[in-house]
Amino acid sequence: MTPASSVLLLTTLTGFGYGLLAWLGLFNAAGALPRGQWFGPVVIVVALGFASAGLMASTLHLGRPERAWRAFSQWRSSWLSREGVAAVLTYLPACGFAALWWFWGQDAAATRALGLVSAAFGLVTVGCTAMIYASLIPIRQWHNRHTVPDYLVFAIFSGAVLLAVMQAAWFGHSGTVALVACLAALLALVLKFAYWRFIDRQAPLTTLTSATGVRQAAKMHALDQPHFSQNYILREMGFQLARKHAAKLRKWTYVLAFIAPAIFCALAAMDVAPVVFGVLALVTTGAGLFLERWLFFAEATHTAAIYYGHTI
Amino acid sequence: MTSLPQPQIGAKKLGLVIDLDTCVGCHACAVNCKEWNTGGHSAPLPDYQPYGVEPDGLWFNRIHSYEAEGGSCGDRTVNFPRSCLHCEEPQCVTVCPTGASYKRAEDGIVLVNADICIGCKLCSWACPYGAREFDENQGVMKKCTLCVDRIYNETLPEAERQPACVLTCPSKARHFGDLNDPASEVSILVALREGQDLMPELGYRPTNKYLPPRKAKIPVSAQPAPTASTAGFGSALLNLVDRVLSR
Ligand code: SF4
Ligand code: SF4
Repeated sequence: MTPASSVLLLTTLTGFGYGLLAWLGLFNAAGALPRGQWFGPVVIVVALGFASAGLMASTLHLGRPERAWRAFSQWRSSWLSREGVAAVLTYLPACGFAALWWFWGQDAAATRALGLVSAAFGLVTVGCTAMIYASLIPIRQWHNRHTVPDYLVFAIFSGAVLLAVMQAAWFGHSGTVALVACLAALLALVLKFAYWRFIDRQAPLTTLTSATGVRQAAKMHALDQPHFSQNYILREMGFQLARKHAAKLRKWTYVLAFIAPAIFCALAAMDVAPVVFGVLALVTTGAGLFLERWLFFAEATHTAAIYYGHTI
Repeated sequence: MTSLPQPQIGAKKLGLVIDLDTCVGCHACAVNCKEWNTGGHSAPLPDYQPYGVEPDGLWFNRIHSYEAEGGSCGDRTVNFPRSCLHCEEPQCVTVCPTGASYKRAEDGIVLVNADICIGCKLCSWACPYGAREFDENQGVMKKCTLCVDRIYNETLPEAERQPACVLTCPSKARHFGDLNDPASEVSILVALREGQDLMPELGYRPTNKYLPPRKAKIPVSAQPAPTASTAGFGSALLNLVDRVLSR
């Protein structure tokens, strides 16, 4: 599948935003955050800012962005519609969480409760995004049991890094949060390793004989193409990434997205320049997860490409 | 509404039956499809740089050619027209967030309402057959309409109330009809010729059926390819000409 930057931005930025919201809610409910009247509302604004930026980016992908509101109507059947509804609904508890934090204080039972509700809504939105991909039957690299947990863990990981940076910048230390971010990075690394191992061993979903209904032939191969230049199907679904390039990019992803942030977060957790290492962790996580998302698209193959003789 | 309609008892299931034995791969159906539909229900079907180096454009029907090897049909070329199959479990419809994509309860035709499509392209990702193409100018998705604007068109003579591709096929490789009616011409063809579903393993239950190539009557054996003679007056002359011209 051809990686479109709007969709890469949507999935990574909303991951950061909703991940951040989730950790703020959780840590605050656990009473594990330092006190600060401004801290909570500012973090929530940043979280919603990331999420909103991602959602805005995704509308750039639309052919008719001015009609985007129509996408809220088919939540009964469509995960894309559900994602939109969940994203909009998340603003409500999140804004309430910020308001209660400010007026009633971060330790009020209602604040803590609304923090947990916001966390849940944010993660549900990430889950809906993941289900858009996981439900697409023609794409074996997406339609599997890895996609949803991976998206959730990547969101949790990137959100923890972001919270660690903000806490370090605000209070000068990020102890537990940075430690959690480090562990989340390692968990994400394991999941990505398992995902790549899984897709490398998957069998193609179909064969050319099944795709054409010529089942009596032992084998078939493409002879003449229907057209000599591109068409929508090839532009959108015919992306082919050379194996050796993929291998190199996977290594970069391991380092940038998971290993470097894990090391930086560990240092921050040990109070070694928590702001500097926090920012370094954030930058590498952002770049690394963008690359990871690019590969998620670039390595995905679509059954329609088999008609053009591609390996799927 | 992008939820699928409840199956109605006795409702029609309109679709195409395509004969891969007799299709000669002439592209006439694709051309006539483009011709009709660029003025029809989903008009226009744009071309991008039609006279440029890389012409590109929107078509509802694409004609592939394959070489089949081994098996009962012998080694042969198979020409393969590919278009929307008007599936019974079309994920292209259920993923649509706006309700623009829908399947009609009365005859099973899958259509896009271009007035509410937001151009998110998700439906094209959900179609395993690559049957939907995007209109880059209007920003909306388009697809085969089974010539919904012909088949019910009372201003046309009755014999012409058929999809444009079916009418134009010079080798009569395309048939149109109600696949829910066991007595229809198309259902009989499917029964006689063991009509096949494409990628049945994905579970979309296509309505359109493909009739596989018939058994090869004459055994085909691999023939040695003729080789150009490398000696003699002819080739000496050619060599001379070649040398003179490449100076
Ligand atoms: S062939 Fe593709 S576009 Fe047509 S109904 Fe089936 S899934 Fe939808
Ligand atoms: S491109 Fe249009 S028809 Fe297709 S899923 Fe999106 S809104 Fe629906």
